[in-house]
Amino acid sequence: MFAFYTLLKRDLTLAYRHRSELANPLLFFLIVISLFPLGISSESKALQGIAPGVIWVAALLAAMLSLDSLFRSDFEDGSLEQMALSGHSLPVLVLAKVLAHWLITGLPLIIVAPFLGILLFLPEQAMSTLIVTLALGTPVLSLVGAIGVALTVGLRRGGVLLSLLVLPLYIPVLIFAAGAVNEAARGFPVAGQLYFLAALLTLSLTLSPFATAAALRISIS
Amino acid sequence: MWDFLHKYSSPKHFYSLAGKLIPWFGWSCLILMLAGLYYGLFVAPPDYQQGESYRIMFVHVPAAWMSMFIYMVMAVAGGIGLVWRIKLAEVIAASSAPIGASFTFLALVTGALWGKPMWGAWWVWDARLTSELILLFLYLGVIALNSAIEDKRTASRASAVLALVGVVNIPIIHYSVIWWNTLHQGSTITKLAAPSIHISMLIPLLLMAVAFKLYYATVVLIRARNEVLDRERHTMWVQELVKN
Repeated sequence: MFAFYTLLKRDLTLAYRHRSELANPLLFFLIVISLFPLGISSESKALQGIAPGVIWVAALLAAMLSLDSLFRSDFEDGSLEQMALSGHSLPVLVLAKVLAHWLITGLPLIIVAPFLGILLFLPEQAMSTLIVTLALGTPVLSLVGAIGVALTVGLRRGGVLLSLLVLPLYIPVLIFAAGAVNEAARGFPVAGQLYFLAALLTLSLTLSPFATAAALRISIS
Repeated sequence: MWDFLHKYSSPKHFYSLAGKLIPWFGWSCLILMLAGLYYGLFVAPPDYQQGESYRIMFVHVPAAWMSMFIYMVMAVAGGIGLVWRIKLAEVIAASSAPIGASFTFLALVTGALWGKPMWGAWWVWDARLTSELILLFLYLGVIALNSAIEDKRTASRASAVLALVGVVNIPIIHYSVIWWNTLHQGSTITKLAAPSIHISMLIPLLLMAVAFKLYYATVVLIRARNEVLDRERHTMWVQELVKN
């Protein structure tokens, strides 16, 4: 447990020292979303209909692009190997790293999402659902993505491969989250979808650290 | 039992055993497939609603079954390779992936060919089609990961982890997609009590299903033999084999 906090603190400190990099996924999120009105139409009706899907697809891509930093630098300077050899349980360490990564990249998305909702004319009654789905969904993206990064971290050009491995696994989150926001925008109850998202979160929280640890051991062997 | 397993899971014995099995599987596959095609295309009556075009089912349905079956074989073999480090299981998993992807592709293409006259569109975003498409993506991911890592054994273990993660995800993806949208006709075989398919159509369908299984067995053994030769190329027995 002590190792968990130490690693969490270390990763957060490291991220804080490289503050400029923190903004990149957020800027990406913002730019992708502002492309849609330019490409489709500036009419509020058209944008309103696609807003939940667009915001969620952009969140998916932003989460995926930020994944690479999860293990890359630790892999290159050898600290990942030391962690695997340290005798602490590797899944717990993985969980600490994923949590730090989510705090750095996932949490900011949740904070800016309401503003992007306004840009796309998302109805106000759907705003709280958007935030809840992001809060439940983005940790799943980080946890599932960690497996993909762990598998590709040893490869020099893992970027495109990573998206091929991870994006199909993100589909259930996209379906339930965007579905919930859509329903909320029409004024329907969304408890069912939120429960599903919570179930996905629980499942990935319990299984993904083990799969990630196994994948890391393969990558550093 | 264990001695037997160890003997036949050694690459050398597998190579010669597979060489003996391939003709048996291959010929019985050919006979069953010809019989299935004959019964399916000429003997079975036309459907009262869909006319003649339903006959593509005799290829489409077994291909779709195989696409899921091979994924399971690949994941189980990968898991065995991961846990017990049996080389042969890794080889089977690696050789299964492209075959499974081809069957998935075949199921999608035959489905599109059938969908055009029936639904009036090559493609609809229906639950089963979408999950089959996602299954194809999962296969392609495994194949891409397998070819991206240079060391064959590391590649096998990494793709085994990915395949196992996929197995956990496939039901989730499948049911989330069903919840999202459905248009595909319901399953007609699995209702054991009274299948809603007539016996004259069921027989060729099952013949084709067995033929496809045998086809997979034949091709996977051929591919696995080549893979074994490639992986063991530095060993004595392979070099002797090549010299003779």
